[in-house]
Amino acid sequence: MLNITKESNANKLTFGLEGRLDTTTAPDFEAKIKESLDGVTELVIDMKSLEYISSAGLRVLLSAQKIMNKQGTMVVTNANDDVKEIFDVTGFSDILSIE
Amino acid sequence: MKELDIEAKIEKLDDVLAFVDGILEEAECSPKVQVQIDIAVEEIFVNIAHYAYDPNEGRALIKAGVTGDPALFSIEFSDAGIPYNPLAKEDPDVTLSAEDRPIGGLGIFMVKKSMDSVDYEYRDGRNVLTITKGITK
Repeated sequence: MLNITKESNANKLTFGLEGRLDTTTAPDFEAKIKESLDGVTELVIDMKSLEYISSAGLRVLLSAQKIMNKQGTMVVTNANDDVKEIFDVTGFSDILSIE
Repeated sequence: MKELDIEAKIEKLDDVLAFVDGILEEAECSPKVQVQIDIAVEEIFVNIAHYAYDPNEGRALIKAGVTGDPALFSIEFSDAGIPYNPLAKEDPDVTLSAEDRPIGGLGIFMVKKSMDSVDYEYRDGRNVLTITKGITK
């Protein structure tokens, strides 16, 4: 299960993720990102309530990062220790801006 | 060892995780290790579901259990699909920039990094992948 909240303020867009970003839920998040990024220059992905991320979730983050590299910035916030460890192991700590 | 004989389909992932989590919870596995094992199980099962029988369909047999002291979790996935050793694949370069990194290819790498052992063999016409992880807190 993944609950996705979306908050838009001028050119800034914030997604809040709650639950699991995995093979089952990643396609939904990817679709929401793709339909929402027009004109966005500041993308924030708030992982405060994200428990779990698998490689399917990492794929979505990487494709979002590639899009945002062309049009603005992307920041990942509030990731828990388990999620941060996965970012470290996979080198995503160097690719993403994690706050 | 408990067994789960299941259709190798993405839609069955939740059933596979419920099977694994049941075993881990009974063994009082720490939540952190349980998350790591769940991720590994997801990567392996999803690979089988995507590729083993492509473009046809088939089943996966999963045997899992906890043994010994300190407790060791082991799980064996087998399928009768196309022979494929996922461990033979080169590890992704995790130092590349976002622009240069291909989308994907991280799954089996995450399994290798987070588990204590990962072994593959092709036996009696089946792909057999076994992973183990100590679960003592």
